[in-house]
Amino acid sequence: MKRVVITGQGTINALGGDVATTLEAMREGRCGIGQLDIRDIDRLAIKIGGQVQDYAAEDHFNRQQIALYDRFTQFALLAAREAIAQSGLRFAGDLAATSGVVLGTSGGGMQTLDENYRTVYEDGKNRVHPFVVPKLMNNAAASHLSMELNLKGPSFTVATACASSNHAMGQAFQLVRSGMCPVMVTGGSESMLCFGGIKAWEGLRVMSKDACRPFSANRNGMVQGEGAAIFVFEEYEHARARGADILAEVVGFAMTSDASDIVMPSKQGAARAISGALRDGGINPSEVGYINAHGTGTAANDKTECAAVADAFGAHADKLMMSSTKSMHGHLIGATGAVELLACIMALRDGVIAPTIGYEEFDPECSLDVVPNEAREAEVNVVLSNAFAFGGLNAVLALRKV
Amino acid sequence: MTQNVQDTVLQIIADQALMDVSDIKMDNTLEDLGVDSMGLVEAIFAIEEAFDIQVPFNANEPEDSDFDISSVASIIEAVQGLVAEQTA
Repeated sequence: MKRVVITGQGTINALGGDVATTLEAMREGRCGIGQLDIRDIDRLAIKIGGQVQDYAAEDHFNRQQIALYDRFTQFALLAAREAIAQSGLRFAGDLAATSGVVLGTSGGGMQTLDENYRTVYEDGKNRVHPFVVPKLMNNAAASHLSMELNLKGPSFTVATACASSNHAMGQAFQLVRSGMCPVMVTGGSESMLCFGGIKAWEGLRVMSKDACRPFSANRNGMVQGEGAAIFVFEEYEHARARGADILAEVVGFAMTSDASDIVMPSKQGAARAISGALRDGGINPSEVGYINAHGTGTAANDKTECAAVADAFGAHADKLMMSSTKSMHGHLIGATGAVELLACIMALRDGVIAPTIGYEEFDPECSLDVVPNEAREAEVNVVLSNAFAFGGLNAVLALRKV
Repeated sequence: MTQNVQDTVLQIIADQALMDVSDIKMDNTLEDLGVDSMGLVEAIFAIEEAFDIQVPFNANEPEDSDFDISSVASIIEAVQGLVAEQTA
């Protein structure tokens, strides 16, 4: 088995248009959630979200590209450019032929769907733009990344709702670890902040109207976000041979299915994924210093997640730190695990643990150290990133300091 | 109208509980009737559609919502209140 390291990272999300700005916001505990600026907001009960600010597609792409790139594809491309630039990789010859891209997304081109449903249903038009299908398809972002970067190996998109990115990065990890691919570009992208994308979530009645306060006793639901984060997963010897800057090592991954309920999380399913990732990475539970929680801010997730961590770690659960950065960037659904991996890498590399902001009241059912409100300096060697999706599909990644 | 509200709400709850309306008692809780959180959210949606009202309910904090779901009677009363507010 090969060792797998991360040699590039890039992002765009509500906290910033690149990694440096995003990490600075996390260190400062800044909130990227605010009033949404979208069409027909007056017909929504939920009016807040973690929206990418000051963004104009025209600043980054030409007219022909915009005709083909849904907002989620644009985000993926921008994040990938940053990640690839940092890695210093250029894909040609054998490297291009064997490297690929695995992305997570839940909704795919939802902006395109929303706009074109309006065109035919609301405006009553009988004609839509010829590129609606290639723009909205779930694999559009992965395909455009393969074209822009010249990645000719295995590429595909993974859709497991809120765990999409973690499942995607897990696949990329396994492709590199098995020796099948020297490099995989991976992560996730989501742009669901449109009328239909928010209205659908409103229906479930699990959304907060004011803030995302994970683990706080007065939490009242989740808040959606949007954006992307992309990483370069590279085989260790390949990275070392070219003198690449190694950000962290991916050491373990596990997936489980609750096989119980379409929306309610299961403690056992989550705990099995956590323990599985530790086992896969040959990690002693006591080595884990930080967990980036799924931490959605719903009543059900947060208490179930805390119970699962307590089960998986036993007494060590009270010694590790676990925060939810969704309190700052919102829940990016299919892209959330990717943006959250940035906080995991920051913990390993910079010794800074991103906080859970908006924390106001202790909840005895969430009694772990959730790093409330202020970032903390701490040396950690191993971190986990949790993702537990609707449908009971769980994916946990383990990273180690290099 | 009040009787209509009661009958309609009872029918909606009965549909979720997979029971006959005649078997539902006013002091039953949703738990008694086997209606879980998904069933409740669906019932609230059906109530909103039936009466064209907005029911203030967040599944994260059911006890803090203005909409009292502690028993069949309290739900009917809450819906009657919302319907009255709307026609007032």
